[in-house]
Amino acid sequence: MKDKKSSEFGIRSSELKPINLQSAIRNPQSDDFMPPERTPFQDFWMVFKGNGMAMAGMVILLIFFALAIMGIFTTSGEKPILDPHTVRLPDKLKPPLSKPTIDSVPKENLPSFGIYLLGTDELGRDIFARMLQGAIVSLSVGFVAVGISIILGVLIGGIAGFYGENMIRIGRYNIMTIDTMIVALIDIQLSFPTFFLILTVIALLPPSIWNIMAIIGITGWVGPARFVRADILSLREQEFILAAKSIGVPDLRIILLHLLPNSIAPVLVSATIGIASAILTESALSFLGFGVPPPNATWGNILSDGKKYIFDAPWLTYTPGITILLTVLAFNLFGEGLRDALNPKLRN
Amino acid sequence: MFVFTIKSLYKKLITLFFVSVISFLIIHLAPGEPSQINPLNPRFTKDDLERYRVAFDLDKPLHIQYLLFFKKLFTGNLKSFKDNQPVMGKITERFYNSLMLFIVGTILTWCLAFPIGIHAAIKRGFTFDRWTTFLSYTLISLPGFFLAYVMIIFVVEVFNVPVLGMRTFGREGIGFPYTPMDKLWHLVLPSILEATAGIAILSRYVRSQMLEVIGQDYIRTAKAKGLTDDDVNYNHALKNALLPFVTMFGMLLPGLIGGSVIIESIFAWPGMGRMGYEAILARDFPIIITLNFFSAVLVLAGTFVSDLLYMFVDPRIKL
Repeated sequence: MKDKKSSEFGIRSSELKPINLQSAIRNPQSDDFMPPERTPFQDFWMVFKGNGMAMAGMVILLIFFALAIMGIFTTSGEKPILDPHTVRLPDKLKPPLSKPTIDSVPKENLPSFGIYLLGTDELGRDIFARMLQGAIVSLSVGFVAVGISIILGVLIGGIAGFYGENMIRIGRYNIMTIDTMIVALIDIQLSFPTFFLILTVIALLPPSIWNIMAIIGITGWVGPARFVRADILSLREQEFILAAKSIGVPDLRIILLHLLPNSIAPVLVSATIGIASAILTESALSFLGFGVPPPNATWGNILSDGKKYIFDAPWLTYTPGITILLTVLAFNLFGEGLRDALNPKLRN
Repeated sequence: MFVFTIKSLYKKLITLFFVSVISFLIIHLAPGEPSQINPLNPRFTKDDLERYRVAFDLDKPLHIQYLLFFKKLFTGNLKSFKDNQPVMGKITERFYNSLMLFIVGTILTWCLAFPIGIHAAIKRGFTFDRWTTFLSYTLISLPGFFLAYVMIIFVVEVFNVPVLGMRTFGREGIGFPYTPMDKLWHLVLPSILEATAGIAILSRYVRSQMLEVIGQDYIRTAKAKGLTDDDVNYNHALKNALLPFVTMFGMLLPGLIGGSVIIESIFAWPGMGRMGYEAILARDFPIIITLNFFSAVLVLAGTFVSDLLYMFVDPRIKL
C-alpha cells in the first residue's frame, strides 16, 4: 500500500535532493547522478520473496535437502546411527512413535533413540532410517534426469534456432533444412505415449538406477528444446546479435555468451517443474515394480512395499506418499514463483 | 483449405511411419529375446525354440520382420506371443473398457474444471481463487497411486464395499437394474482418479485464458456500455476464452492408454493400459508395438482434428 502511494506521486521526497554536478562529472557511476541500479538477482529476489507460496516451497526444499544430506551421513558406514538394513522380526509392522520390545530384540539392534519415529515395515526395518536413506536417491533421480534433458534440449533447440536454415545435403540433393528435421523429431517424440515408452524401455533394460535416470532424461528433451528454439529464433534478429556478428565474434561465442543467457529463463522454470515430474515418474515406476532395485530404498520403493499392508499398516503408505507429495508440491510452487519472478512484465 | 488438409495429413503419415519404425527398433534391439523369456522351462526344448522363432518371424532380418509385422497387423493376422490370440481382437475388447473409463473421466474433468477455472478468474485474488490455486497444485503434485490407495482405504473402511475390478465377485447374472448399477459403482473411483490431475491442469488453464480475455479492451467496452457482470463474463469473455480449448482434443486422446496404466493396474480394470503393463511384463512384443502405434495414431488424429476444428471456429485463421 505504501509503495503504491509513493509511486502515484512519482517521486519520493528523499529523491528530491539537488544533484551534485561536480561529483557526477567526476564519477558518472555515483548515486547522485544515476538512479541506484539493482542487480538482476536483486530484481528477481524482490518479486520472489513477495510470493508466499513460492517461499514456502523453497523453505520445504531446503529442509528436504538438508535431511537428504544428513541421511547420507547417518545411514551409511560401518555402524550407522540410524540403520536402514537391520531386520528385527519381532518388531515388524510397528506403528509410528512406538517403543521397541526390549526383551525380544537383540540389544545391538535396538533403534538409536529407543523409538521407531515413523514405524517399521514388514521386516521390522526402521522406516525413518529408510526414508532418510532414500531421500538422496529420490532427489538425485530428479536432478540427473532433468540435467540430461536440459543438456539435450538446449543443444538440439540451439542448433535448430541458430543453424536452422542450413540445408542437409546428401550428395547434390537438398533434403530438408535442419529446422524442418528437428521440428519433425519433436513431433515424433510427442506422438509417443511417454510413460508407456519409459515403462517399456526400463522393463527391457537391466534394472539399475542410472538407466531410470537416463531414460526419464532422454524422453524429456522436447520442452527445453522448444523454448530455446523459439527464443533464439526471435533473439537472433535483434540488433545486439547483428552488432556482435559485424565485429566478427565467432558463432560459438555468440551462442554461448549472447543467445543462451537470454533464453535460459523459461528453461530454468521448466527444469524445476521437470524435476517434480521426474520424481513422480520414478516413484510410479518403483510402484509398478520397475524402480530402483533393492536393497536401496527410495520413497517409491517403500510405498510399493507397503501396498500389501494398506489396511494393517497404513503408515507404510502415508509416510512416503506424503513425503513425495510435499517434495513435488514444493518444486512446483518454487517453479511457479520462479516463472513469475523471471517475467520482466511483473517487475517494478 | 483443401491443400492444407492434404499437406497436414501427409506430414502426420510420415511422423507415424517414423514412430512405428522407432518403437519397433527400440523393442527388437533391446537385450533379451521373447523366445528366451523362460530358459529354465524344461518343456521348452531347442526344437520348440526354433519352431517358435519361425512362427513369429523372429528368424528373419529386422526390416523383413518390420514389413511382415505391419502387413499382419493390417490384415488382422497378428498374433500375441503369449496366448496366440489375434492382437486386434484382444485390443478391441479392452478398448471398450478403457473408453468407458475415459469418457466418464473426461466428462468429470470438463464439468468441474470449467466452472472452477471461470469462477477463479472472475474472483481473482479472493479466497476462492487462492484456495483453488493451492488445491490444484496439490492435485498435480499428488502421485496418482498414492491418492488411489488413500481413497481405497477410505471407501473400504467407511462404506465397507468392494472397489476392485469391473463387477462384484459372485454377483453375476443378478438381473437388469443391478448389473449396470454394479458396473457404474465400480467406475466411480477409477474415473475420479483419472480426472483429478486433469481437473487441476485444465482449471488452471481455463483461469489463465479467462484472465487474458478479461484484460482485453473489448471487455472494458462491454462494461462501459453498462452490461451486467454476467452478460460481460459469459457472453463476451467466455466465448472468446473458449477458443484454445478446441486444441485440447489433441491432448486428450492419448490419455486413453498412457495415463491409465497405473490406475487400471491398481483397480484391476481390464483396459488397454493394464493390458500394456501385462504385455511388458510378459515381453509380448506384438501387443506392446501395436499399443504404441495405436496411441501415436490417436495423438496424430487428435492434433489433426483440432487443427481442422480451429479453422472452423476461429475466423481469423485463413489458410
